Amino acid sequence: MSGAEAGTQPVTVLETPIHLDYVFTPGIAQSIFLRGLARGVFLGQRCPTCGKVYIPSRGSCPVDGVATDEVVELPDTGIVTTYCVVNVPFAGQAVEIPYTCAQVLLDGANISFMGLIQEVPADQVRMGMRVEAVWVPPDELGPSLASVKYFRPTGEPDALYESYEEYL
Amino acid sequence: MAERCAVVGVGQTLLRSKRDDVSIPGLVREAAKAALADAGVGWDDIDAVVIGKAPDMFEGTMMPELSLAPALGAVGKPMFRVHTAGSVGGSTALVAAHLVAAGIHERVLTVAYEKQSDSDAMWALSVPQPFSAPLLAGAGGYFAPHIRAYMRRSGAPEHIGRIVAVKDRLNALKNPYAHLHLPDIDLKMVEESVMLWDPLRYLEACPSSDGAAAMVLASEGALGSPAFPPAWVHGMAMRSEPTMFAGRDQVSPRAGRECVADVFGQAGVTRPREQIDVAEVYVPFSWYEPMWLENLGFAEPGEGWKLTESGATAMDGDIPWNCSGGVLSSNPIGASGMLRFLEAAMQVRGQAGEHQIDGARLALGHAYGGGSQFFAMWVVGAAKP
Ligand SMILES: [Zn+2]
Repeated sequence: MSGAEAGTQPVTVLETPIHLDYVFTPGIAQSIFLRGLARGVFLGQRCPTCGKVYIPSRGSCPVDGVATDEVVELPDTGIVTTYCVVNVPFAGQAVEIPYTCAQVLLDGANISFMGLIQEVPADQVRMGMRVEAVWVPPDELGPSLASVKYFRPTGEPDALYESYEEYL
Repeated sequence: MAERCAVVGVGQTLLRSKRDDVSIPGLVREAAKAALADAGVGWDDIDAVVIGKAPDMFEGTMMPELSLAPALGAVGKPMFRVHTAGSVGGSTALVAAHLVAAGIHERVLTVAYEKQSDSDAMWALSVPQPFSAPLLAGAGGYFAPHIRAYMRRSGAPEHIGRIVAVKDRLNALKNPYAHLHLPDIDLKMVEESVMLWDPLRYLEACPSSDGAAAMVLASEGALGSPAFPPAWVHGMAMRSEPTMFAGRDQVSPRAGRECVADVFGQAGVTRPREQIDVAEVYVPFSWYEPMWLENLGFAEPGEGWKLTESGATAMDGDIPWNCSGGVLSSNPIGASGMLRFLEAAMQVRGQAGEHQIDGARLALGHAYGGGSQFFAMWVVGAAKP
C-alpha cells in the first residue's frame, strides 16, 4: 500500500495478540500450600535450622539451604507490613482500580506475601494494620490464592512498628 | 584482575518512546556502529560480542540474540547472551570486561537494548500465577511498598521524591539522547501528576523507552586510537540474592551492600562521597536515589534523603548523581543498566558534552534489577589503575 494515497497511512506496526494456556505443575512443597488453599487454610513450612516459617511453603529454606519438611497451619489473621494503592490500568488486570495491594504477614509466619485489602478506604490503610482473610464460599475454593477474596481490617489495635520492622 | 581493561568506544541511540524508524536489528546496529566509530575500529577488529536485554517475554521473541548476530557483525564470532532482568545492561558490560580482563579476547563489543514500543512490559511483569494474588501492577507496584517502607524507616518527608524527579529531568535537558525533555518541570508539576502507585506519582516514575547502548572494551595492548582517552576499569562486581527469604532487607538489600564493598575495595575507594566525582545509578523511581545513597555507602542509614534534599546530588553538588537524566528520563529497560556504565565512562573520558562534570576522574556505574536481587557495578577512571 502506498502511504501517498489520499487518506491512508503506511502500515508500520501490526498488533498480533496471541493466547497461551499453561498447565502449571507445582512441586511437592507448593502443592501443600495450594491444597491448603483448596480447603480454606494457610499451610506453611518451618525450617529445621532457623525455625522460620515460610508461606507459601517452598520445600527449602533459602538462607540455610536445608529441606523444610514440617508443615505448619497458620491462622487467617496477620498484619499489613507495607502496601501501595494501585491506580494504573494494564492489560489483563484482574481487579478494578484503585485497589490496595499489601504485603501481609500472617501471625506466626516469618515472610509476607501479597494480598488485596478491602472493606476499608485506601487512604485509611496503615502499616501495621491488623487484617484477616476473607475466603470465597466453600464451593468456590480451589488450589490457588484466588480462594482468598481479600483481607479486611479486624479492628484490633495496630502492631508496633518494631514488631515487623525486620520484615520490610 | 589479570589484564587491564578500558572502555575505548561508546555509542547510544536516540532514546525515544517509539523508534518506529528502525527494527530491533537496526536499533542495536545503530548503537554498535556509533561505539565502533568512537573507538576508531571496524567490525573486523572485534573479537567477540556480548549482548543483553531484559526478559524475552517483553518483546515475545525467545533468544533474540541469534537473529541479531548478523546486525552486530557477530557471525562466526563468539557471542554471549546475559540475563539479569533490569540490571542486565550492567551485567552484560561486566561479562564483556571479564573476557578482556581474563585475557581471552583483546577487543569486545558489548550491546544492550530494549524496544518497549514492540513490547508490553506491564503485562509481562504481571502474569497471573496460582501461588500469588493477581495484584502486581508492573515494576511500580512491586517497588512502591518498599519505598513506603523506606519513608517510614528513615522518616523522610514526602517532597524528597519530587526533588529527584525534577533534578533528573532538568539534567536530561542537557542530554540530547534522553527520552524525556520536560523544560517546564518543577516540584508543583510532579506533585500534581497522577498518583499511579501511591506513594508514587506518574512523574516520579521512569518512562517506557526504545533504545540501545554499546561499548567497545579493549585490553591495554589493543587500545588503538580512540576519539577520547580510555576509561579504565578500576573495579567491577556483581552480586545477587533470593527475592524471598525471612528477614530480607528489601529497602537496602545485602547484595547491593556487598557488591559496592567489593567494587570500591578493588578501586581503593574508602570515602565514596569524596573520592567518586560523579555517579550514574539506576534510579527508576525517584525514591531510589536516597535509598541507593544509603545502600551504596554515600550516606549513613536513614540519612540519604538529607543528601538529596541538600542538593549534593545535583550537577553542581559535591556528588552529582545521574547527570545524564538517568533512568527517570530514559528507560529502554535492557539498555538502562549499560547506559549507567557508559555514562560513567563518558564522564571520565570527558565526552559528556553539556552534562559533563569538569575534571571527573573517577565514576561509578550502577545497575539493579528484578526484585532488587541483581546488582552490577563498576568504577571507571581516567588514570590507569
Ligand atoms: Zn532456615
